[in-house]
Parts: sequence; C-alpha cells; structure tokens
Amino acid sequence: MDLRFTEKEEAFRAECRAWLEANVPKEPLPSGDTAEGFALHVEWEKKLFEARWAVVSWPEEYGGRGASLFEWLIFEEEYYRAGAPNRVTQNGIFLLAPTIFEFGTEEQKKRILRPMAAAEHLWAQGWSEPNAGSDLASLKSTARRVEGGWRLTGQKTWCTRGAFCDSAFGLFRTDPTQERHKGLTYFLFPLKGEGVTVRGVDRLDGDLGFAEVFLEDVFVPDRDVLGEVNKGWEVAMATTSSERGLSLRSPGRFMATASRLVDLYKRYRETCDPALRKEVIDAYAAAEAYRWYTFGTVTRMSQGGEIGADSSMNKVYWSEMDVRTHEAALAMIGDRLELDEGSPAAEDHASWLKGFQFALAGPIYAGTNEIQRNIIAERVLGLPRK
Amino acid sequence: MRFGFTEDQLMLRDTVREILARECTPEVVRAVWEKKSPKTPYGTLAEAGVLGMTLTEEQGGLGLDETDAALPLEEAGYAALPEPIVEAIAALPVVAAHGGGAWAEKIAAGEARLSISIGDARLVAFAEQADVFLRYDGKKLYLAPREEVALEMQVSVDRTRSIAVPRFTDEGATVLAEGAEAAELAALVFDRAALGSALFLNGLSRKMLELAVEYAKDRVQFGRPIGSQQAVKHRLADALIALEFAKPLAYRAAWSVAVADPERSLHVSLAKLRASEAARFVAKQSLQVHGAIGYTIEHDLHLWMKRAWALAAAYGTEDFHRDRIGRAILNEA
Repeated sequence: MDLRFTEKEEAFRAECRAWLEANVPKEPLPSGDTAEGFALHVEWEKKLFEARWAVVSWPEEYGGRGASLFEWLIFEEEYYRAGAPNRVTQNGIFLLAPTIFEFGTEEQKKRILRPMAAAEHLWAQGWSEPNAGSDLASLKSTARRVEGGWRLTGQKTWCTRGAFCDSAFGLFRTDPTQERHKGLTYFLFPLKGEGVTVRGVDRLDGDLGFAEVFLEDVFVPDRDVLGEVNKGWEVAMATTSSERGLSLRSPGRFMATASRLVDLYKRYRETCDPALRKEVIDAYAAAEAYRWYTFGTVTRMSQGGEIGADSSMNKVYWSEMDVRTHEAALAMIGDRLELDEGSPAAEDHASWLKGFQFALAGPIYAGTNEIQRNIIAERVLGLPRK
Repeated sequence: MRFGFTEDQLMLRDTVREILARECTPEVVRAVWEKKSPKTPYGTLAEAGVLGMTLTEEQGGLGLDETDAALPLEEAGYAALPEPIVEAIAALPVVAAHGGGAWAEKIAAGEARLSISIGDARLVAFAEQADVFLRYDGKKLYLAPREEVALEMQVSVDRTRSIAVPRFTDEGATVLAEGAEAAELAALVFDRAALGSALFLNGLSRKMLELAVEYAKDRVQFGRPIGSQQAVKHRLADALIALEFAKPLAYRAAWSVAVADPERSLHVSLAKLRASEAARFVAKQSLQVHGAIGYTIEHDLHLWMKRAWALAAAYGTEDFHRDRIGRAILNEA
C-alpha cells in the first residue's frame, strides 16, 4: 500500500490544474442538453482536444496522452473541481470507445476514435426500445442482410442528446430464429439521412436531453458492425459494464458536489435546520468512501483485474449518494428550492434544483438499480436466480 | 498510488484466518458467552507474533504497522474473537516506547491482557480478563495493574464482553507520559483503537452477511429458496454495498495512522463512522433474512450482532466521530 501520488502524477495534476484554471469558462455554459448549449459544449470539447485533455487515458495516436488510470482519476478530480462543463462527448468516449478498443478492427479504430474525441463526430447511445428497457434482451429492432451491409428497422428511445448527435450505437436482431441474448449484433448507425427520423423528447428538467429514433430500412455498411455478427450481446456487455462502473462516474464529480454542499452549508448554517449538519457530514463521508473504493478498484485493474459485477455495486452506490447529496442541498435552500432557471431571485439555487433532477435519473439509467441489485445478489453473493 | 495489500500482508491474513478457523469456532465464542472459560486462540496468536506485531523487532515484535494489522483485525472480527486484540495492537507500541516494556513483552507473549480507558469513557471492556489497564485521566498516561483498579462489574448485551465502570487510583501506577505528551499519546492510542474497532466491525459484518446469504440459499418457503426472492436479494445486496464501501475507508485510515498523516484523526473517524453504520445495518438485514431463528440465542447470529452493537459505540460513538469529521471539514470554531 502506498497512498502517495508519484512525482509524475503530481506533475500531471499541476499541469492539468493550471490549464483548467486558464481555460474553463468563467460563466457556466448553458445546459449541453439544449441546442444552443450543445453547440457551445462542442466548442469547449474541441478546445479540450486541441490541448490533449479530451481523452487523457487513450493512446497518443488517437489524441490521448497514454495516461494511467490513476492519472485519469486525477484529471477527473481536477476537471470537476474546476467546475468545467459537462462532457457532451461522454456517450462516445466513455461508452462506445472502450468497446471499440476491445472489439473494433484497426480500420474502425482509425476511422472512428479520433473524430469522436475531437467532437467532430458526436455519438449517442441507442440501447433502449419502447418495450425493452431494463429487459434489454427483449429488443425487437432488426437488421436484414443485404449486399455490402445491413438494413436496420425499428425504434430506439431515450437516446441521450440524440437530437444533436451524428451517430448512435446499439443492438439489432440479426438472426430472427434466435431469442433474447442470442442472434443480436452490435451496430453503429446514422442519426441523419434516409429512413432515419429523430424526435427530441423533453426530459424531466425541461431540456431536450432525450430523443427517440425511428429507423426504416436504413442502410449500414458491413464496416459499421462492431464485433462478430450474432455476438452483439457479449460485445455490448463490455460497454454497459463501463457505463455502470468506473468510467461514467469518476469520484471527482461527487467530491466536487460534496465540496459545494459544504460551502453551501457554511453560508446557511446560521439559518438552516441544525439537523442538516449531519446530512452534510454524511454526504462528505459517502463521497470519500466512493473515492477510496475507486482507488481500490483501479489498483486491482492496474494489476490485471477486472471490474465485472462490482460495477453494479458502484452504480447503485454513486447514483443513490448523488440523490441524497442534492436532497440535503435543497433542504438547506428551504422555500427557494422551487426557483427554477430564469428566476431573477435564484442565485445558485437553480443549479442545485437542476442537479437534483439530473441526479434522479441516476437510479434509472444504465440499468435500473433494481436490476443492479439482482445482479449483485446473483453474481456477487451467489443467490439463486429462481 | 497503490491501494491494495502486499503478498506478505495477504499471507499474514491467511495465517490468522487459519488459526481462528481452527481455534475460534462459534462453539468457542459461545462457550465464552456461557462463562465456561474455554481455551481461546490468544496464546496461539501470540506465538504467531500477531499480538505484538506492531512492536519493533528490538521490542520483541514483528516491526509491522497498521496496514499490516488491518486484515488480521478484520479476520478477528469475522471470527468474533473474544479477546483484546484491538487493544494490544493499538496500545503496545506506546506502552513499550515509554517505559512499559515489561508489560508490553508479557502481552505480546500472550501471558497478559491489556484494557484501555481513555478520557471520560465510562466503561472498560475485558475488565475481568485484563491484567493491566492503560489509563489517560486528562493529565497523565499510565499503566494501572488490575489489583489497583476498583471495578464495578456490569452486564454487557454481548456476554462475551466483560465490562465494568472502573475507578482508578495512582497506586502502583507506571506513568508513561504527562502533560502535552500524554495527551498526544492518548489521542494516538484512541485513534488506533477506533481504527482497530472499525476493521473488527467490518469483519463482523462480513460474517453476518455470509450467515444470511447461506441461510437464504438453504431456506425453502413457497417451494423455493427465499434467496431467490427479489425482496430478500435486495436487502442482501444493500448489506454488501454498505460493507464494501466501509472497508476502503478503514484501509485508508490504517495508512494514515501508519505514516502519521496530519489528518489521521479525520480519516479514522470516517472509517469508524462508516464501519459502525454498516455493521448495524448489516446486522438488521441479516436478522430479518433469518426470520425467527435469528431471533434466538440458539442461533449464532446474535454472537456477531451483539458484538457489532457494542463495538459500534466503543472508542467513539457514531455521533462522536461524525462530530469530529464536522469540526475538521466545516471550519467550525
């Protein structure tokens, strides 16, 4: 055990902090889940990429720095500490890219990764269908073999920022004689062009964060099949594990939220319910626990271990912690909690309200926490399925 | 940054695990509960160097630190060891370095037992077994031999814990330190004991969860194992999460104590708070999953559960540690 960061890691942190201090917009950008805000976030992503901060853990040839997992965690701590914009490239760089690195051909890596990191080509996830949410394997969209590729038909939904992105990734049934997890193939497919209809859906917080996507005989060339045909489930599981686990929600984000809550309490402690002191301390303790749990996971992964079903514990933990932290903040704010964006009297109140609404999505997306608890009980504790 | 244990540390854990599996079975714990004075593994642990592991080699120890002691203490909790191992590991380095060498040697050899009484703590544990008490009265830190301490015996909810309200006199005391030095050393021993209790609690939690999981697999109702029902699964998943997110804080605090980190006390409080909360939570889930059989003295669960209740309040209650965290992070006057 050695909990000191190395000189190299400390230098990395210093370089990162200095760049962020000089470059993070002084005024927060409008939400990246609106048309106006999305464009500004894409500009920010381009700036990050030019300075090689967009994908620090990727190899240099794709625009990264070949940073270690610990350096990536350091980057994330600094990124959220600096209050930098949310990552609109997130679905691509954190969900799709790990799968491409693992299953993609050399041609796919060369063609897809760099423009993804540079925010030149933006990716949305296309997992869910109207009747296949938690039960993803019941999905109905199909892909039909044609000369040189496939024809995709069906409907995908809850595609994050789907109204603004260029392409999406998801599963389609390629062998209609097979059921459930079998006979599925992982496709990369366009969100613009012939046969594609994208309809934005306003999220709970009012932003156009969702989209549903209708596909009618949409042509996808063979080169946009990721992994083997009919092995899509196995390929996709690699991605969902990243989505639940480490990469989507690094500790830096929650430490920053806990630290904002501490600051909020310092402003309100004279007037708020004294019982909220306990909530603030518990929120801090919970974020610390998540940070050290993650350092343990990363140490294991650096030694060749895998996350596996532990990613489900991670997901339940951070998503419920995030809701509690925001609830504590709203309780402190008192009757002003209903002040939404656009209220002249709102200071940082509206951002806590927005954060709270966003946090409420955590226990739902990436596989509901009910499903995660089943996975934990069955795969980690070994309880019987039936 | 490397937040994991070495091969040597894992081997030491395995050694302790094997000793306890052999010599600290639930039958032994139960026999202590029933005041039958069974043979416990105290002597075997001493022979293996475990009790004196944090003493230097010159002092007759293994020259190891809190990160080495972390997993053995967790194993002690897993076995519900009814012996003052937390106290020995927490106190011996201070005792040995400040004029209590003779006592330290005897304790490390398994020939004596030590109990701790710091500040205004009302109770001492291992009261009947202890040969010597490490006492800090706000002015000086001293060793008080058993015969010089008046003990008003109490009854612990965990009958394996012999507890008492002590009254100390200066008679026969070996003074280890006075004034500021005594305060500093007492704070260190307290933090070490709180850390040891956190690790021990995490071990207790692991066992209580394991008992519940095994029971949920075996117990059939409505024609299927109860562990196949989601309501039961989710309870146990939550118990596992509580435990798994308590453990890293304890390991991190072990490091902070070992390297004398300036934020040692904050880190120890985080560890103890979360371990205590987790243990009480896991105990509740485990009891509920066991149903009526868990609500008996015949079943083993209560041996672990009651220890968890007692230790959750020992060396600082949850409120005490939460308050310490608050004062550290909220810039309070």
